[in-house]
Amino acid sequence: MSSASSTTLFPVDQHRLTRQPPDLVGHLESHGPLPVPHSVNPQWQRDFAENIAASGLAGRGGAAFPSAVKLAGNRAAHGMGIVVINGMEGEPASDKDKELLTRAPHLVLDGAQLMAAACDAQSVVVCVPEGRDSVADAVSYAIKDRKKHGYARLSESLVRPPDRFVAGEESALVQWIDSRRSLPMFRTDKSIPLRIGKQPALVHNTETLAHAALIARYGHEAFLTRGLREEPGMTLVTVTGAVNHPGVIEVDRGTPLSEIVAAAGPEESVKAMLVGGYGGAWVGPEHFATPYASIALRSIGASAGVGVIVVLRTRACGVTETARVARYMAQQSSGQCGPCVFGLPAVADDLSKLARAHTDPELMVRLLRRLDEVQGRGACRHPDGVVGLVRSALTVFADDVAAHERGMPCSHHGRPTQLRFPHPIEP
Amino acid sequence: MPHIIIDPLACNAYGYCAELLPESITLDEWGYPIVRGEPLPAELVLLAKRAARDCPRRALSLQHIRKNS
Repeated sequence: MSSASSTTLFPVDQHRLTRQPPDLVGHLESHGPLPVPHSVNPQWQRDFAENIAASGLAGRGGAAFPSAVKLAGNRAAHGMGIVVINGMEGEPASDKDKELLTRAPHLVLDGAQLMAAACDAQSVVVCVPEGRDSVADAVSYAIKDRKKHGYARLSESLVRPPDRFVAGEESALVQWIDSRRSLPMFRTDKSIPLRIGKQPALVHNTETLAHAALIARYGHEAFLTRGLREEPGMTLVTVTGAVNHPGVIEVDRGTPLSEIVAAAGPEESVKAMLVGGYGGAWVGPEHFATPYASIALRSIGASAGVGVIVVLRTRACGVTETARVARYMAQQSSGQCGPCVFGLPAVADDLSKLARAHTDPELMVRLLRRLDEVQGRGACRHPDGVVGLVRSALTVFADDVAAHERGMPCSHHGRPTQLRFPHPIEP
Repeated sequence: MPHIIIDPLACNAYGYCAELLPESITLDEWGYPIVRGEPLPAELVLLAKRAARDCPRRALSLQHIRKNS
């Protein structure tokens, strides 16, 4: 399908998630009905799966797992499943789930209906954390409207898990829906679908589903016109920190980091960027031209993660800010695995001492050993994210680290944080 | 060759495994086991099975892991 002519009131945007109509009438005028045949047949299911595979769509919730592979796992699990829309967004610096569910709920819900039809699932569940009532209201309204107009093929419902960082980890989310315990599970083989009761669960991030809804209508070709050949499509990035216009920006995959940040209007010269979220990595000025795409970011030890860039201004202490993140992430542990429960606070303590130049000769050796030992030893990847971030800080802020080690405390130590936290965090 | 898998949710740092199988398992500073990543050598399989059996939390197992992410 090419950019076909349309006779709608709004120009139809075939690959962009922002500026989509938030209401069902506008959604129908722009995009028409749900592109699912009245009785779903295997041929349609195969076509949909092939379309998603050809688009190269990968999960936009952090793990960047190929959506077609995930779908294939659930198709093989033989039906009667549940599609779970993950709008949990535990990352304090991220806003894209909130934005999408408020401004384009029908695209997200359509994506879930399509995925459900493709794997013979029986229902769709949207997860919005407790406390985010305006988002939940928007979703509730959209669900009611779809039901009233007979638009939703399968039943859609809203649930409200607790608002914690790890509550959105997919096994924790599924376990909460199943038994109201918001705890990550230990899974040695992630190709086996998660289950709610006996029903296989297909969990997708909101952005992934919104893209799937457009790909199903306009073909993978429309998706492939944007972004990079090896990593196509547009992407949502939340830019915060020392910028004049913080918020969610939509860019082509592969846009240089500096260009994304420029669109948000940096306040002054930029010392570093925190890319990928609080389990992501710091990126120094020598890498600001790096394309926002998996392979390029991996080559500098970073990843797109949950779609977050935090801008750190020059007058700031990267070690102190990282200590705050480590402290926050330690508090957010689900408390199940020893290396996370004990390791993260210990790492945060080391960083905090370093930032205040309360060093002892063993500090750096101890910190590096702890990072090595904590890595890969949790049931979920929560501790690994912290380890990666701290390692990147030791490289990107190497000058600050060296000064603190020599006993020079940071002159910016007492300043307020430039990062977003749901409650004040002592570094 | 099997790998030793520790279920970190079940493990409560009893530390028996490190005593029974020091060739493959050491303890971190909080007493939780660290397993060497490589497959278990054949001569240690029996000892590893014993360590698995003796773990009070049933946190240790031997598994042939499939290659995937």
